[in-house]
This record gives sequence, structure tokens and C-alpha cells, in this order.
Amino acid sequence: MHPAPSLILFTVLSGAGFGLLVWLGIGLRAPTGVAAFLVFGMGYALAGAGLLASAFHLGHPERALLAFTQWRSSWLSREAVLATATLAVMAPHAAGSVFAAAPMPVFGWLGAALALATVVATAMIYTQIRAVPRWHHWSTPPVFVLASLAAGALFVGRTGLALGLLLALAVAMIAHWVAGDRQFERAGSTMGSATGLGALGRVRLLEPPHSGQNYLLREMVHVIGRKHAYKLRLIALGFGALLPALLLVLPASYVGFGLALMSHLTGLLAQRWLFFAEAEHVVGLYYGKR
Amino acid sequence: MTTLPQSTRTKLGLVIDLDTCVGCHACVISCKGWNTENYGAPLSDMDAYGAEPEGTFLNRVHSFEVKRDTAPPMVVHFPKSCLHCDNAPCVTVCPTGASYKRAEDGIVLVNESACIGCGLCAWACPYGAREMDGVEKVMKKCTLCVDRIYNENLPEEDREPACVRTCPAGARHFGDLADPESAVSQLVAARGGMDLMPEQGTAPVNKYLPPRPRDTLTTPDLASLCDSAPEAATGFLGWLDRALERL
Repeated sequence: MHPAPSLILFTVLSGAGFGLLVWLGIGLRAPTGVAAFLVFGMGYALAGAGLLASAFHLGHPERALLAFTQWRSSWLSREAVLATATLAVMAPHAAGSVFAAAPMPVFGWLGAALALATVVATAMIYTQIRAVPRWHHWSTPPVFVLASLAAGALFVGRTGLALGLLLALAVAMIAHWVAGDRQFERAGSTMGSATGLGALGRVRLLEPPHSGQNYLLREMVHVIGRKHAYKLRLIALGFGALLPALLLVLPASYVGFGLALMSHLTGLLAQRWLFFAEAEHVVGLYYGKR
Repeated sequence: MTTLPQSTRTKLGLVIDLDTCVGCHACVISCKGWNTENYGAPLSDMDAYGAEPEGTFLNRVHSFEVKRDTAPPMVVHFPKSCLHCDNAPCVTVCPTGASYKRAEDGIVLVNESACIGCGLCAWACPYGAREMDGVEKVMKKCTLCVDRIYNENLPEEDREPACVRTCPAGARHFGDLADPESAVSQLVAARGGMDLMPEQGTAPVNKYLPPRPRDTLTTPDLASLCDSAPEAATGFLGWLDRALERL
């Protein structure tokens, strides 16, 4: 799949933002006044920036309001509804903390639940797609959820929690890669099944339908990115989980947390890039590519 | 609504005969022509006269070679367009309701004025049947020529999809696949019509007829007719060959 920068930024940034809002919502940190303004502001800014970045991915952003209508069947619509609901429901809790030093736990907890559900919905957009076997696996949502919660824990500066979540994220990423490497075979789609000619013999592409590029090839048959997959996996694992975990074991300091957070987000950008670039869509079989 | 209908009254679709298709691409062109001049946004071309031309198409013809152990390889031309699946994954993922499957005839359509161009439906389709228009930025797909098949302004023989109407080999058939007595259903039953990628669980309505068994000829040993590898040169040329090899 084509690793679109808008989608990578969106999933990483808004994931971190909603993760932060989860912890602020349940009152793991209960700052007031200016401190509250800064952390809640950070949560809202990240979540909002991510949503804005995702709008750049649309061909017709002016019709985006229609995306709130099909929550009965569409995970993308559910994500839009949940993300907006999170920001709205969390607002009294945030405003109370900032302006009146009076957090409102009811709104906080409800907002936290919605924030977590938003991240799950984001993950499900990809997990539901059967035509991309690597994504269509139970190991996809844990990577999104743990990455989001770990970033949130780093933002609120909870060492033990962040450490545990980062290590869990490392395990989840490895599980997603190991399982993902077998998924295409497990899905059972081949050039034989795609053409229905498999029973006759071995099928290969003789002539593609067109000599140039097309939307399908650009969007879904991205073969360049996988060349350095293993190096990128090490970068994702190292910067995204292990290095920040190591930094947290060192004596606590603001610099340490800052570095851990930067490292984590850098690693996650690599992880998300790979998430798209490595994922093979079965339509590639019609082009003799994967 | 992007929830799928429980069942549809009829299942209009295509039956494509892989035995008969000659790979002329006439269906590709007639499809592009009709769907550029009629319903919805025209199918755009980008850089049409430049170095890297490309366009939006609803139907494309791939050509495959099937290598067989006991017979010569077989070439199969393979037209591919939307299969109007009963369990269409492209419809349920749509966040805006632009994608829908009609309860009356099972045709999967896009309401272009509600499409936000997110592209998720194209990702969800295993067959690559949906393409984002390069200029209009809305999702385009086969409509089964919904503006022809019910169009009483057209002569009756033209009330079928443009690709079917134009196919010079008669490799494309249009009809109701829910009716076991229809000509297309009979054809599917007689020829062993098949689903593409059944493992994807899409339950496509369109069917493909596999190539019929071919005559088998006793092929001569073609390899023996070729020149065998040239013998190693001797003398000066042999020395030159070895010297150059060593460099």
C-alpha cells in the first residue's frame, strides 16, 4: 500500500493525542491552571492536527460532514463520530481543570473511554480490510492502542506505566510483523485464484492491461518500500519502544522524558511507514506483482 | 445506506467467456466512451499526449499465460471490471453513504455528489474494480451501464452494457443471475462458471467461464531443433577467449 505522509502523520499524531487524553480523562494526572492548559492543549492539538492532516487525504474535504452518517457499517465513519465526541465530551473536564481548578471526572472518564474507542476505530479501518491480508489480523489493533497509550503515558510522565506500555508495544510490534509475514499465504489468494485459471496450470502475467501507471498501481501496489523492511523494523523497534524504555530506567528527568518521547514518536513514524509500505494488496496479483 | 441489502430482487451482472475473448480491448474503449459521455463525471485522462499518459478506466483487459506440465502454454485474455458482489466490501466501508448496492437489481453504484474521495472503498475491493478519477477526485466504477439498460430512449438491442454491446467475439453476456432459467444462468451452469478469488468471501455476481479443454497435439521435441551450444574454440581464438575470460 502507498505510504501516504498524511495518513502516517494522522495516525501517529492523533494516536498520541488521544492516548494523552485517555490518561488525563481518568485523572492519572490532574493538573490545574496553566499546567492543565498546556497538557490538555497538547492533547487537543495533537488529536486535532491528526484529524486535519487526514482531511488533506480527501479528494473532496468540503463534503467531510457526510462522513458522520454511516457509523452503522463503516469504521471510518465511526472514527469520525468517536473522535469528535471525544473532543466534545472531554471539553467540560478540560475547561474545568484549566479555568476553575475543578476537574469533572464524569466527563473525564467518559471522554477517556471515547478516546480509547477512537484509537480502536482507527485500527479497525485497516484491520477490516480483507484484501490486505497483513492488516486483516487480530495483531493490528494492539499495535495502534499500545502505541497511543504509551505516547500518552510519556506525555503525562508516568515512568512505570510508560515502561510497561513500551515493552508491551515492542511485543505487539514483533507479533504483528511475525504474523503479518505469513498472512498473505494464509489468505490463500494467488494468481491462480484471482484469475480462476489456477486449476489449469501456473499462471503468469503475459501483458498488463496498460503500458503506463494507474491509480490502482500507485495506491495499492507499492513495491519499492519493502527493500529495507528489516532495517526499518529495527529502527521502529529500537526508537519506538526499546530506547525510550531504556531512557525511562535512567534517573528521571524532564530531559529524559523529552528524549524518550521524541525517540518514541520517531520510531512510530518508521513503524507506520512500514505498516503501509509492507502491506500487500491482493489486487497486485492481477498485475503479477505483490 | 452503506449496509448491504439482505437480498436483491434480481442480480444483474455479466458472464465473461475466457474461452472466446480475443483480447481486442474493444470493451475497454466502448466502456470509456459511454461512461465519459454519459452518467457522472467523465473518465479523465492525465498527460494524454505527454511522456507518461494514464487514464481512469472501469474495465481493463489483462492477458495471462498459463503454463501447463503436459501441454503447451495457453494465453488467456482476461477482462476485469466490477463484479457487483453480493457481499460487497467496498459498500460497507464507505463513511458517507456514497457507495450503495441497489436492492432491486443488485447493481453497486457510487453517488458521486456524496463521495469525499477518501479511497477506502478502492482499498476494500480485492479486484481493483474502483478507480479514483484523476481530475474529479471522486470514485468511479462500473455502473453496469445503468443509464443504458433501463433507457427506453434507446433501441431495445442497445439496452445492455456498452461492453457487451460492442464485443465482436460475443465473449460478454448480460442478464439476471438470480433467475436460474435466464440465458446467463444456463450458460454458467453449462460451462462451469466460476467466481474470482472466492476465498475473499465477496460472493461476486459476475461469473467467468473457464477456457474449454483444447485439442492436444503430439508436440515434437522442439529443443532438439535448436543449435546446441557452440563448441569451445581452439587455436588463437581459443587462447583469446581464455585470456579475456581471465581478465
